[in-house]
Amino acid sequence: MSEIREKALGAAEKKALNGPDIDLSSFGQKAKEHTYKADLEGIPDEEKEGMADAGMILTGEKRTGSYIQMDHSPVHCSVREEGVEILPTAEALKKYDGLKDYWWKAVDVGADKYTARTELDFHNGYFIRASSGVKSLFPVQACLYLSEENVAQNVHNIVIVEENAELHIITGCTTAPHLERALHIGVSEFYVKRGATLTFTMIHNWGEKVAVRPRTAVWVEEGGTYLSNYVCMKPARSLQMAPVIRLMGEGAVTRLNTILVAGKGSEMDVGGSVHLEAAGTRAEIISRTISTGGNIIARGLLVGYKPGVRAHLECNGLMLADSGNIRAIPELDGRVAGVEMSHEAAVGKISQEEIEYLMARGISEADATALIVRGFLNVEMEGLPAELKEEIDRVIAESGKSLM
Amino acid sequence: MGGHEVLHNINMEIGAGETHVLFGKNGSGKTSLLMAIMGFSQYRITKGSIIFKGTDITSLSINERAALGIGMSFQRPPTIRGLRTRDLVELLSRNNGGETVNHAKHLNFTEFLDREINQGLSGGEIKKSELLQLMAQNPDLILLDEPESGVDLENIALIGKVIKKLLQKNLRRLRTKSGLIITHTGLILNYLEADRGYLLLDGAMKCHGNPREMFNTICNLGYEECARCQR
Repeated sequence: MSEIREKALGAAEKKALNGPDIDLSSFGQKAKEHTYKADLEGIPDEEKEGMADAGMILTGEKRTGSYIQMDHSPVHCSVREEGVEILPTAEALKKYDGLKDYWWKAVDVGADKYTARTELDFHNGYFIRASSGVKSLFPVQACLYLSEENVAQNVHNIVIVEENAELHIITGCTTAPHLERALHIGVSEFYVKRGATLTFTMIHNWGEKVAVRPRTAVWVEEGGTYLSNYVCMKPARSLQMAPVIRLMGEGAVTRLNTILVAGKGSEMDVGGSVHLEAAGTRAEIISRTISTGGNIIARGLLVGYKPGVRAHLECNGLMLADSGNIRAIPELDGRVAGVEMSHEAAVGKISQEEIEYLMARGISEADATALIVRGFLNVEMEGLPAELKEEIDRVIAESGKSLM
Repeated sequence: MGGHEVLHNINMEIGAGETHVLFGKNGSGKTSLLMAIMGFSQYRITKGSIIFKGTDITSLSINERAALGIGMSFQRPPTIRGLRTRDLVELLSRNNGGETVNHAKHLNFTEFLDREINQGLSGGEIKKSELLQLMAQNPDLILLDEPESGVDLENIALIGKVIKKLLQKNLRRLRTKSGLIITHTGLILNYLEADRGYLLLDGAMKCHGNPREMFNTICNLGYEECARCQR
């Protein structure tokens, strides 16, 4: 038995540090096959809609490539630009001799029962690689779709951005309209090599009874940049994630933006930690959370190991209902003299003064509130290609409307 | 406000096309009067009524009053995170983008259009931002809370000119826009003619008259002396 499998078996019952424990045996590990569609247009309309809501463009236009997986089956995989490779992970494992340098390197397979389960019941995922020096113009889109009742989808994704390459990925995760209950576990290991940039935008559009446990870790080498934008404005029964970013090479930079809206019945425990391990590294973690009755824990952790590293953490929450709660937990951990790290956290309600100021301009109370909420969510997301920015603005505007 | 009475026995009437000026010490109730006319929730009218264009607006909401044609320039407006001045002004002028840019140019405000509303603005810039919003709103009764405070001399002239235009001071017989202006320094009076002045002391009207004469009395003899000549 391989060492990895042994470790996975050892951790199969290991509870995660955060988030409510999920009984994995209550979900099915087998799913029926979905047929492969060579053409994106072949995807049924009913499914297209949800995918579009999660940021997918189903004509494939303005996309470098696409990967779509339904339950356990890759249903589409295509690339339009040279130097970018997209494969179902299972195929990449075969093609690249087990991806030895990347497989379970950034993420520990024994971290908890979710990582372990992904090894023991592996349901594919995407492998995306940009060759060195390639700067992709448009984003690669990846969609992980849940359609079978009570199914568990345990995917393992690998992204490699080779030296001086530039890659944008937009992933949309969503469910079939009629799906009642399901589980998504996504292990993601990203490797940003010297001087490379990865912009990773994830839009989650889950169902009300879906449990979600992403497990993401990113290694950033010298002069590399990792920008992450995470938007989840639709309910999810239980969502817990805390990506770990290691800035391992000199001058590496990361910025994590998170926008969360938790409606009644949603439990979201979302954070991120950045380890500033090399000189000259910089990090920023920004989160904007809104509770309309759901419970949110917004975490953030910065760990500084070298003098002169700079990092800032911002957790701002807005309570729009009298039920639910927002807990902001910012943490700073300096391990040496000369680190510069700061945080700012605020949880509050919409200020009456701001609402009335806008009302004095002739704007109704409801519209004024919507403007303020949209403004609150309007995080400056640098490094985003224009149409990704538009995409996020659109999702925010759409959800902003339904919030009021 | 907050359970205690701020203003009492306020009787005033501003005719169409007239500009009136409010004088008074800090804390005398001038801003409260403007906020009460605008309809802010922390102010409650306990007695009497506010009539605007023949309609009793005492129980109308702020935005209903604004829709009827009342507009206000705030002295210390709040910052609204994530909302750009440009977007709000365009919304107010019903997406008349070209006009927003022209107005901003006129006010030397173009470089601040893409900032969040009032974020990091100096005193003078805040006044300009307020006027820009009023230009888009184009109200019939304009309430100005110290439009010249914190503004340098060069910009006072510019702000004075814009207010003059908002109040249609170029028109004589056809003028319909009215104004109620709070001023401490009186400087704004150098740029526009006002028809009547009031002195507010401890929440009550103590005097009314020619604004220039009143301002001179206040400058030379103080507020109390001005109040003594009650007519």
